[in-house]
Amino acid sequence: MSAPLLSLKDLRIAFPDGDGGMAEGLRGVDLSLDPGEVLGIVGESGSGKSIAMMALLQLLPDSARVSGSARFKGQELIGMAGPRIRRIRGKSIGCIFQDPLSAFNPVLRIGDQVAEAILLHDSSRSRRDAMKAVEGLFERVAIPQPARRLRQYPHEFSGGMRQRAMIAMALANSPELLIADEPTTALDVTVQAQILDLLRDLRRDLGIGMVLITHDLGVVAGIADKIAVMYGGRIVERGATDPVFYETAHPYTAGLIGAVPDIEGTGALRQIEGTPPSIFTRPGGCSFHPRCTRAQAICAQEDPALAEVGNTDCACHFPLIATRTEVAE
Amino acid sequence: MLAYVLRRLISIPFLLLGVASVSFLLSQMTKGDPLAALVPERMMSNPEIVETVKAQWGLDQPLPIRYLRYLGNLVQGDLGTSFATRRPVATDIAERLPATLELVIAAMIIGTAMGLTLGLLSARFRGSAFDSIARIFALIGSSLPIFWSGLILLYVLSVRLAIVPGTGRLPPRIAPPPHHTGFYTVDALIAGDLSLFVQALTHLALPAFVLGWAVTGIITRLVRSSIVEGLSLDYARTARAKGAPERVVLVRHALPNALIPLLTILGFTFAYLITGAVLTEAIFSWPGIGSYAVRAAGALDYPAIGGVTIVGSVAFLLANLLTDIAYAWANPRIKVH
Amino acid sequence: MADITPAVTAAPAPRRGRQLRRLSRRLPLTAKIGAAILLFWILTVLTVQFWPLADPLAMVGRRLQPPSAAHWLGTDALGRDVFSRTLHGSIWSIPIAIVVVACAVSIGSFLGAISGFFGGWWDTIIMRLVDVTVAFPPILLAMAVAAMLGPGLANASIAMVIVWWPIYARLMRAQVLEVKEREHVEAAVAGGAGGLRVLRVHVLPLCWTPTLINATMDFGQVVLLAASLSFIGLGATPPSPEWGSMISEGATRFYDWWIAFGPGMAILSVVLATSFLGDGLRDLFDRRSA
Repeated sequence: MSAPLLSLKDLRIAFPDGDGGMAEGLRGVDLSLDPGEVLGIVGESGSGKSIAMMALLQLLPDSARVSGSARFKGQELIGMAGPRIRRIRGKSIGCIFQDPLSAFNPVLRIGDQVAEAILLHDSSRSRRDAMKAVEGLFERVAIPQPARRLRQYPHEFSGGMRQRAMIAMALANSPELLIADEPTTALDVTVQAQILDLLRDLRRDLGIGMVLITHDLGVVAGIADKIAVMYGGRIVERGATDPVFYETAHPYTAGLIGAVPDIEGTGALRQIEGTPPSIFTRPGGCSFHPRCTRAQAICAQEDPALAEVGNTDCACHFPLIATRTEVAE
Repeated sequence: MLAYVLRRLISIPFLLLGVASVSFLLSQMTKGDPLAALVPERMMSNPEIVETVKAQWGLDQPLPIRYLRYLGNLVQGDLGTSFATRRPVATDIAERLPATLELVIAAMIIGTAMGLTLGLLSARFRGSAFDSIARIFALIGSSLPIFWSGLILLYVLSVRLAIVPGTGRLPPRIAPPPHHTGFYTVDALIAGDLSLFVQALTHLALPAFVLGWAVTGIITRLVRSSIVEGLSLDYARTARAKGAPERVVLVRHALPNALIPLLTILGFTFAYLITGAVLTEAIFSWPGIGSYAVRAAGALDYPAIGGVTIVGSVAFLLANLLTDIAYAWANPRIKVH
Repeated sequence: MADITPAVTAAPAPRRGRQLRRLSRRLPLTAKIGAAILLFWILTVLTVQFWPLADPLAMVGRRLQPPSAAHWLGTDALGRDVFSRTLHGSIWSIPIAIVVVACAVSIGSFLGAISGFFGGWWDTIIMRLVDVTVAFPPILLAMAVAAMLGPGLANASIAMVIVWWPIYARLMRAQVLEVKEREHVEAAVAGGAGGLRVLRVHVLPLCWTPTLINATMDFGQVVLLAASLSFIGLGATPPSPEWGSMISEGATRFYDWWIAFGPGMAILSVVLATSFLGDGLRDLFDRRSA
């Protein structure tokens, strides 16, 4: 197997908690992604899924303390000097953000903003040339009337069109890795499906590696090769997409699957009770235990390690698979 | 948006009517006897002279008639006749307005340039020593009594160090350039007289700086806080994710967004500038409408005070209207509505 | 921020004391310095008569002496001690600013509250009055009013109240409009309470924070405008050692810079102090506008 496109080893991120101490937002995450692979990172807000990816590109506020290792094609990204990381940002790694309205600068034309991504990495190109390229990109992401759309401002675009423009911007320099942070959350349901289709097409046509961050397992189901489920600043379950869905080991993942709206309308929507912890109020032991129906005394004391359970890796004292096996015996 | 500007335009005549009415009432409610300013004291005992003067100035008419007459005159651009100069107030003001405008515009340019530069740099290097110094400089500017800072700077720079010339628009006994715009700097350039231009400019520099410093504080604060905010917003993160260096994020992305709130307060700083211009002109013997107003207030020259007040209010309203239009033009989000 | 206010007003005394202490701990250093400077000037106003200072109105030395050990800020054209006159000047400037701000706040808040709470014609009339008043550049309006009433500090104060009340009318109106929509007010109205009573008991107590912060900031600006009017000759009249008229005396002989130096620094200190304190208070209570 070739060298991984991206590999995280024991990535940790801490933020000042306002009282002089530090609170851990990410508590040791290991992940790897091969070229052309799609990884879905799933979790509720506060699980640390977004900050992990922001940390790769050094886009977190200066107050954040990042440790561990994150290698992109063998180069260490953590602590990389400003000029070097800037050559990777937008060039080898493209980014798509959740809210395309606020992610675009309201006072600049969309075309100029997309062209900027090209011109920043290739100063020899003329603006006219870059705009021509943007027109092509807009066609690629199926924005109708690209020549006219170029000259419009973000507020003149619909939400779905803005997200397409955002994807065009991320693709401007043919990156090897695309990080999409909740790319569909701010969109209407029908538009969500269109954007996911577009991402699937891009993946097929360009063979681009993707990290898809979402709180909605349904979003990654049809596109991801593998999935990492995060809770409380760490990975609680990790594996190939099918086993995670059909041989779920972690009660939290099971809860998330229950939270996926049933398209046939056969079952009621099942929701996990309670709210996810913030990084400042995380409970001891397994951080999921207060909301877990299977929790025992040990869950409040000891944080379980990530270990192979069945066909996935799972961090749970009482994984579902194991019990099933026991029941079967 | 057009509707908004139109609504503002329509409200202006009503506001002007209100302004004129208030000015009229003020001039009528005075405790001092305007006659005293018109008739020499030893002639007060002569009823014939008193009656002639009253008729001449319209003081013998009942209040509503005087009000209507006042408004009628106003519409024709007649602001009355100054008790002190015995000339139409409108003429006096027209003669002195360019001096004030030259001062205010120069001050606005200096204030905005300093405010933008300081705001931008202190946002970029926030928390540094430069940041603190810039903010203190700006804060002092807006806290200083302008009639005092002008005085002290005049003393230090002109009397002690002789870096800048003294008061007035030109050195004594130097003839102003031929009248085109009334701005001595511009007129000197039109006349092709470079040394006159330099003299006009050096005379303008200190009062314009003193006045501009007063608004630097407001502008620096606003620019700094909107840029600091802008740098933390999603679009700044997007720009960084594209590989933009911080300098580009600052200048190309945060700055244009900061210019929009800046436009909205320029109208507001104009009020500051008018206030400041009155006092600056008094200190620097600047022959504009500010020093005219000060002299009129001291001499209880009501038509002159009223005239300056109305002209000042018109300028103020126009400045705010221009601000609104500029804001609408600059902000693409508003343009469509 | 509005949530803090009722807690403060409703809390029993000991808790209020503790909250004050907590509040003062959270104030930034600059705000504390500002408060200290203001406190200094208020103490000066109250006690300056008893200080061992030269008589501010009497000739106590040779004319136009530069600063020296005997006369820290020199003497003016009549041989009066500038240092003593500067400190005594606070007796004019500070109380006048307090009175002007208090009157402007009372009148403006009253009219603004009526306007916001009752709406309709009240609102139209009061707000048009506000619009016309703010259409004047402040200093020109103040000059026109002060000139009409005749020179003198009392008349200058009236002029300044006329300039300032609209600010508070707008502030209070905006606050009342917001608070009016809250549930407890609607409940009180539904419960049949009379309009003025609802306004006084249920609405106004929640509306004061922005007004008080603004008043703190404006205090320095009022000192500045009062001095400006005196400087022009429309405020205090000689020989009273008011700061503006002292600077005006200094302006006529600016080779003797020290005559104007003391009063200028005094004004600067008050204006800086109020903006420090006002900023600190605003950051604490009113994050939306910070």
